[in-house]
Amino acid sequence: MGQITLTAVRKSFGEVDVIPSIDLRIEEGEFVVFVGPSGCGKSTLLRLIAGLEDLTSGHITIDGTDATDLPPAKRGLAMVFQSYALYPHMTVRKNIMFPLKMAGMDLAAATKRADEAAKVLNLTNYMERKPGQLSGGQRQRVAIGRAIVREPKAFLFDEPLSNLDAALRVNMRQEITELHQELKTTMIYVTHDQVEAMTMADKIVVLNAGRIEQVGSPLVLYDNPANTFVAGFIGSPKMNLITGAEAAKMGATTIGVRPEHLEIVESGGWTGVVGLSEHLGSDTFLKVATDAVGTINVRAGGEIKLRHGDAVRLSPQAGKVHRFGADGKSMA
Amino acid sequence: MARKSSTTAKVVVTLAAWTVGLLIFFPILWTILMSFHTEGDAIKQPWDMLTSPWTLESYAEVQTRSNYALHFYNSVVISLGSTVLALIIGIPSAWAMAFVPGPKTKDLLMWMLSTKMMPAVGVLIPMYLGFRNLHLLDSLTGLVAVMTLISLPIVIWMLYTYFKEIPGEILEAARMDGANLRSEIIYVLTPMALPGIASTMLLNVILAWNETFWTLQLTTHNAAPLTQFIASYSSPEGLFYAKLSAASTMAIAPILIMGWFSQKQLVRGLTFGAVK
Repeated sequence: MGQITLTAVRKSFGEVDVIPSIDLRIEEGEFVVFVGPSGCGKSTLLRLIAGLEDLTSGHITIDGTDATDLPPAKRGLAMVFQSYALYPHMTVRKNIMFPLKMAGMDLAAATKRADEAAKVLNLTNYMERKPGQLSGGQRQRVAIGRAIVREPKAFLFDEPLSNLDAALRVNMRQEITELHQELKTTMIYVTHDQVEAMTMADKIVVLNAGRIEQVGSPLVLYDNPANTFVAGFIGSPKMNLITGAEAAKMGATTIGVRPEHLEIVESGGWTGVVGLSEHLGSDTFLKVATDAVGTINVRAGGEIKLRHGDAVRLSPQAGKVHRFGADGKSMA
Repeated sequence: MARKSSTTAKVVVTLAAWTVGLLIFFPILWTILMSFHTEGDAIKQPWDMLTSPWTLESYAEVQTRSNYALHFYNSVVISLGSTVLALIIGIPSAWAMAFVPGPKTKDLLMWMLSTKMMPAVGVLIPMYLGFRNLHLLDSLTGLVAVMTLISLPIVIWMLYTYFKEIPGEILEAARMDGANLRSEIIYVLTPMALPGIASTMLLNVILAWNETFWTLQLTTHNAAPLTQFIASYSSPEGLFYAKLSAASTMAIAPILIMGWFSQKQLVRGLTFGAVK
């Protein structure tokens, strides 16, 4: 259960086409991440799947049934919102039990299921508290609890970690991934953070201006970006996109080299001067101003001792240069 | 230096506030004082009146001449009845305007408010004739209906402002959790907006309790509320100050006591939107 298909899905707000036309198939049990910059339509797409927005045209099917015109409650999906959207006047227990109450489940069974969810999410000691008395991470767990008790066909997450601090975000990211491994339910997760996308997804859908730029597993996107947008968006630090004579030498309009695929060499390569060096211990991030290709980012080992003003020669590793044509598409 | 001047400022502000407060309260205070004197003493110079003997004579007189219990009952039915009806209509209306606004919602809100801009007497004749033809004159049903209609614009406006403060995502979460519109309003929206609904209700009960124009025009005895009861003691000649004051005191006492106990809610309701 939990196979979702979008066919020619279009959404416009007045004159503005937020999503011109999208076709996408999400397999049962998959962890799919929609990623893209702000305003790319990823949240709108999620809300269309949830039924919180109406389609302008196109079809959505869930488990083979046409869900295009079904209200959210009838789609069998559960959603976790960015703001958690907990009911502030209800205790944690009542929040978690609310979907079960709406489904007409009897009180004893609902209580049992809420207790089980609370156990999984370490909320047992907080069941009688109100959301206002909880920390951000606990609130997020309650929101997840409220979603899992329904045993939905799929979970929808709308940037659920963006209100949490960095350390908690990493924890919750792992918890959600583990939850997926345990439940094996389809999850659709929206984020603008490509690190979240890379670490959590089975399949990443990169969106830009309402269009799908590329769909694939994290490593496929990393190794074979379909175009310059995906190349620049996936990977941290960003891929260096180089145009001009150096690109032309390789028969491309643009070439892309990831910072970790640039080597510091003794001779040959591109000469440059280190502008900024960030020593993280495990890695060193360098910003190098070169004569041939402008300023580029380099990710070197932690042992590199280069500092501001040092001269350096850089060369891309063999076979690690991505070539893009005039239309921005990969020439692989 | 700064501290000294701020203390002076505090004293001045406090004095000014008390003066304004007493000025506003003075007519009510004087009415209460007059009600405890005889008709003869009530029209004396202020000091002479205050030093003359206190008595419950006017209250006794009012009790024998009028049926206070009937008017009190009518006031309760009209103010509570119309408020409850206005809330039953107002809550879903305000929900629709706050959460699924159409292109004309703002115009609709303005139009509703505009009905408050015309003096009530402007529609007296059609209202009166309508009431007469429907046999609603001097009936509680008619009065509750008209007070509901009068209250609706204010009720919807106040509720609309409260509902706008509720994050839409919470209602969307309820929809995802399987709530239909009815459950969404009953289990999520109403409890969250309860403080707002309570102050809307309180304010509306007070306004309906004190509504005089329509109650005087559309009732004579059977459905007459306390406003009509007060007016019946006003007379073009003779001595009536003390009895009128006693009647007024008896009429405003219940609402004054209610207002006193719920002032926290009321202040929140009245200042809502002004301070965020």
